[in-house]
Amino acid sequence: MASHGIKDRVAIVGMGCTRFAEHFDKSLDDLIIDAAEETFASAGVTKDEVDAYWFGTAQSGMSGITLARPLQLEGKPVTRVENYCTTGSEALRAAAYAVASGAYDVAMALGAEKVKDSGYQGLNAFPIPNDGTARTLTAAAMFSMVAPAYGKKYGVSEDELTEVLARISWKNHQNGARNPRAQFRKEVSTETICASPRVAGRLGVFDCAGVADGAAAAIVVRAEDAHKYTDKPIYIKALSFAAGSGSGLIDPEYDYTWFPECAMAAQDAYAQAGITDPRHELAMAEVHDCFTPTELVLMEDLGFAPRGTAWKEVLAGTFDRTGPLPINPDGGLKSFGHPVGASGLRMFFETWLQLRGEATPERQIDTDKTLALTHNLGGYPGEMVSFVSVVGTELG
Amino acid sequence: MTRGIVSIAGYVPYRRLQRSEVAKVFGSGGGKGTRSVASHDEDTTTMGVEAARLALRAAPAAAPGAIWFATATPAYLDKTNATTIHAALRLPGDVAAFDFGGALRSGPGALRTALVSAGSGTTLVVVSDLRDGLPTSADESAGGDAAAAVVVGDDGPGTPVIAEYLGGASLSDEFLDRWRTAGDRRSRTWEERFGETRYVPLGTDAWQAGLKAAGITADDVDHVVVTGMHGRAAKALGRKLGVRDGVLADDLATSVGQTGTAHVGLVLASMLEQASPGQIVAVVSLADGADVLVLRTTPALADWAPADPVAAQVAAAVDLPYGKFLSWRGMVTLEPPRRPEPQRVSSSAAWRNEEWKFGFVGSKDRSSGAVHLPPSRVSMTGGAVDDMEPIDRADAEATIATYTIDRLAFSPSPPIVFAILDFDGGGRFPVELTDVDPDTVDIGQKVTMTFRKLFTADGIHDYFYKAKPVRMPGAPDSTTDTAD
Repeated sequence: MASHGIKDRVAIVGMGCTRFAEHFDKSLDDLIIDAAEETFASAGVTKDEVDAYWFGTAQSGMSGITLARPLQLEGKPVTRVENYCTTGSEALRAAAYAVASGAYDVAMALGAEKVKDSGYQGLNAFPIPNDGTARTLTAAAMFSMVAPAYGKKYGVSEDELTEVLARISWKNHQNGARNPRAQFRKEVSTETICASPRVAGRLGVFDCAGVADGAAAAIVVRAEDAHKYTDKPIYIKALSFAAGSGSGLIDPEYDYTWFPECAMAAQDAYAQAGITDPRHELAMAEVHDCFTPTELVLMEDLGFAPRGTAWKEVLAGTFDRTGPLPINPDGGLKSFGHPVGASGLRMFFETWLQLRGEATPERQIDTDKTLALTHNLGGYPGEMVSFVSVVGTELG
Repeated sequence: MTRGIVSIAGYVPYRRLQRSEVAKVFGSGGGKGTRSVASHDEDTTTMGVEAARLALRAAPAAAPGAIWFATATPAYLDKTNATTIHAALRLPGDVAAFDFGGALRSGPGALRTALVSAGSGTTLVVVSDLRDGLPTSADESAGGDAAAAVVVGDDGPGTPVIAEYLGGASLSDEFLDRWRTAGDRRSRTWEERFGETRYVPLGTDAWQAGLKAAGITADDVDHVVVTGMHGRAAKALGRKLGVRDGVLADDLATSVGQTGTAHVGLVLASMLEQASPGQIVAVVSLADGADVLVLRTTPALADWAPADPVAAQVAAAVDLPYGKFLSWRGMVTLEPPRRPEPQRVSSSAAWRNEEWKFGFVGSKDRSSGAVHLPPSRVSMTGGAVDDMEPIDRADAEATIATYTIDRLAFSPSPPIVFAILDFDGGGRFPVELTDVDPDTVDIGQKVTMTFRKLFTADGIHDYFYKAKPVRMPGAPDSTTDTAD
């Protein structure tokens, strides 16, 4: 038993991503077509030259037909993937393994979500018939229990925590403001962030990810074929996934100050990629900042800061776009928006732009490092799925 | 064979409406004192469950052979509500569960029938009611919400009778004083004077007949209450009973209100909690006739300890703003959060999980001791499969490990206060809090489980447990409800 990974065996050779926004004028099909066409063009292939498709959507459609129909794919193997908010990452993981196995030469992963047609605020899970005893809390409420627990465990005062969380939100809005594809393209002052109406616990509106429609896609091939498609492939160094047992919800030992699933996935990903010092080896990371306390805790789960210290690093600007380890330079879920099935692939899209030096100049990170990380989670504290990838521009 | 009451309990919801608040809003209506108000997550069934849990806690050896549930405000029609109580109490399948439905008189009627049925075993009589009235109406202010549970049985080892049934009377008369047709939220009443002229003589005759049947005189009575939705008639009759000064006990009309079907049980519980052994306790109920019950407390009363006395529940109350009252009663509709309403509960899934859903029974890993809520076949520690025993958590106290307030989630009365609980004796469970002021919740606070209605969808009530703070009798956690 082992997690061997597929380091350097698969490369991303084309990507596309729609703007994430309240696309009231666009259907799911429109978003799929826009992301797919950009990706086909990016890799220089036609839809027929792609051998297999993995389509990630949490709840905008069922089965591979949801992708095959708008793209008019004829007889292709098209599979729909769902794994909570890691759905987009899972589509890419499946496509990468398919190529690595030799089963196909060219595979596409496309994630899309149309959330703004529901008429409700926030994200709403598809109801499965049940006995009526399950919690009906919002994700915001579940994640809101993290900040007070963290503050209590590490002796961070309420005021300090407020400042830390506001700083995370401020940073991601700074980054999103410079990104033409982001949902929210406005800088927001920490005063505004702190004064926003409470949603759950101490979390205000500006602590929560944007809810948006959008789609993103990638084309993967075996590494040895990569240069047939692009001069600047992005190689997959690690793909790691951990599903929790849900026992955090009922285990008195769990203290809401960390996400074990994320720490496990990170450890596995670093082993696959041969990373020993992520804080200093990575050029940047895209992490699942569904709520500001999530990003705070992830800095420790992903090994970017020792336990109990990430809050100081946040305040020191370590994770700013111009800091030593930029986190969510594209704006993150907070300001880029969170169309569930597309978010995992959106994170890859940012590594694709940044590592290839193709982000617009005002937001291009300045680094000589070649590795980037994406982290994508789904579920709640205590009951979570987590994905971590490492990608890089160099083989070896 | 001595037959009577083995145990008894009242359940008065946590909230009160100050009657004076009504006139402040509408310029009329209301009155003096308070009325009890069921929480938005309570109905006659959940209140009945809470009363029954209290009554059985004070008589742990009692094994009812039947549950009789009486209410004029049933949560379901067609479907028996007593089976929900039966499930929540985790009683065996061979315990009969029957509803005595519809009329206010079904409460005293069920109780008297159980008392006169000597040799029929132990019967758990549960009476419960929610009293509604249109804003500013007399019913709105005079009514109250409550339940009571009476364990009626034959004197036996481990289950001594604390109050022996001496006798009673029931007189019936067909006249319209108060009525309500199916689907109506409010009752209608005839001119007050007519009812009074019927009820007072009926009550007087029934009282005399009851005393005669019990073999006593009015002088012998130590505690008595006259109940009835016709408050004026009840008051007038009280003056005509011929009992000694100070014998006429508090009818709870000023603090709780007239709780209709439940009231006979509630005042009986209140009187028995205050009585001494060897005293005569009587109750007269005026509803479409008159019913009289006469009991004598036994020496066993001295050893009987009520789990949560009515007086303590009356004292440990918190005021509810009138606007909130109107919205909880469906008299005004407030803007809900923009979230989808919950889906209806699956009947088959609920049935499969009856022990969990209605009884709050989890499972405990026999090897590791890990408690699983809900019950699980595979252990979260050690990997044992199908090696668990049931563990009852409904009566366990728990401590708040952490909590949050959800202002976005759907609730009939936002916001949702939600806590992670660690149970004494093992088990953690994330659950909603109720009967709580969000500002007073704190880590480390002790809570206890309470049977509630989470929501209603497609006409299906979703019953499950919430947690409420453990309160010291007479020491509410705040004097006013600031929930918004």
